[in-house]
Amino acid sequence: MVNPILFIILAAVAIAAAAGLLLSRDAVHSALYLVLNFATVAVFYLLLNAPFISMVQITVYAGAIVVLFLFVIMMLGAEKLRGAADNVPGSEKIHRYIAVLLALVLVGVFGYLVSQNSIGVVTQNPAIDASPQALGITLFQYYVFPFLVTGVLLLVAVIAVAVFGQVRKGGSINA
Amino acid sequence: MPSVVDINWYIALSGILFVIGVLGVLLRRNAIIVFMSIELMLNSANLLFVAFARHLGSLHGQVLVFFVITVAAAEVAVGLALIVAIFRTKKSINIDEINILKG
Repeated sequence: MVNPILFIILAAVAIAAAAGLLLSRDAVHSALYLVLNFATVAVFYLLLNAPFISMVQITVYAGAIVVLFLFVIMMLGAEKLRGAADNVPGSEKIHRYIAVLLALVLVGVFGYLVSQNSIGVVTQNPAIDASPQALGITLFQYYVFPFLVTGVLLLVAVIAVAVFGQVRKGGSINA
Repeated sequence: MPSVVDINWYIALSGILFVIGVLGVLLRRNAIIVFMSIELMLNSANLLFVAFARHLGSLHGQVLVFFVITVAAAEVAVGLALIVAIFRTKKSINIDEINILKG
């Protein structure tokens, strides 16, 4: 079982990253804090006997979704856009040091877990088999219809994005 | 301090992360940051799913996380497309200025 001190350190990193997302002025900084929060939660997944979900978290959330966010932020040049209510006090330099500190703590805890072989112990003697194979069997035994609905959902999302992306001749949106 | 990390610790952490997400939606005016806060809330729900899957010794919680991730991905794609479309017409993504529906 996981050490309470380790849990508290990891939870502190996750909460601080979430607070940094809330408080930073620059939207790019918020997106990077989001990556830190997702990475911390991925370490929690490893501790909770969910190695496959941990990797999916890194690739889909911290990879694809945050890249989408960063792409839109930079395409719109929206990193400084904010309303009057967004004048959160705080220096950018302090944000920089806090973010580096949080990331180092996360890497340190992860390295400690790997060196103690805690993650290996969890996955070698799990309460249940949570390998990708077992997950897939569960998915296709009990959740075939939701799985198909998920496919329709993604198709609708793709069509919606294509429709919203269209531009009429006058420059107005076609939606 | 209790020596064993049980499900209550994860419930507390997930609740704190969810509340921070709610605060982000309520307090920030930048639509992109609002979307990030929604991601934060979905993520805290995922954490609770996995914690309970571990607690109850069941794989079903972990399978449900996949559905949540899929919905989150679709929601972000559609939402960001909407933001880009709104930005083209209004030159702003401040959600206080998006009042064309007079809600």
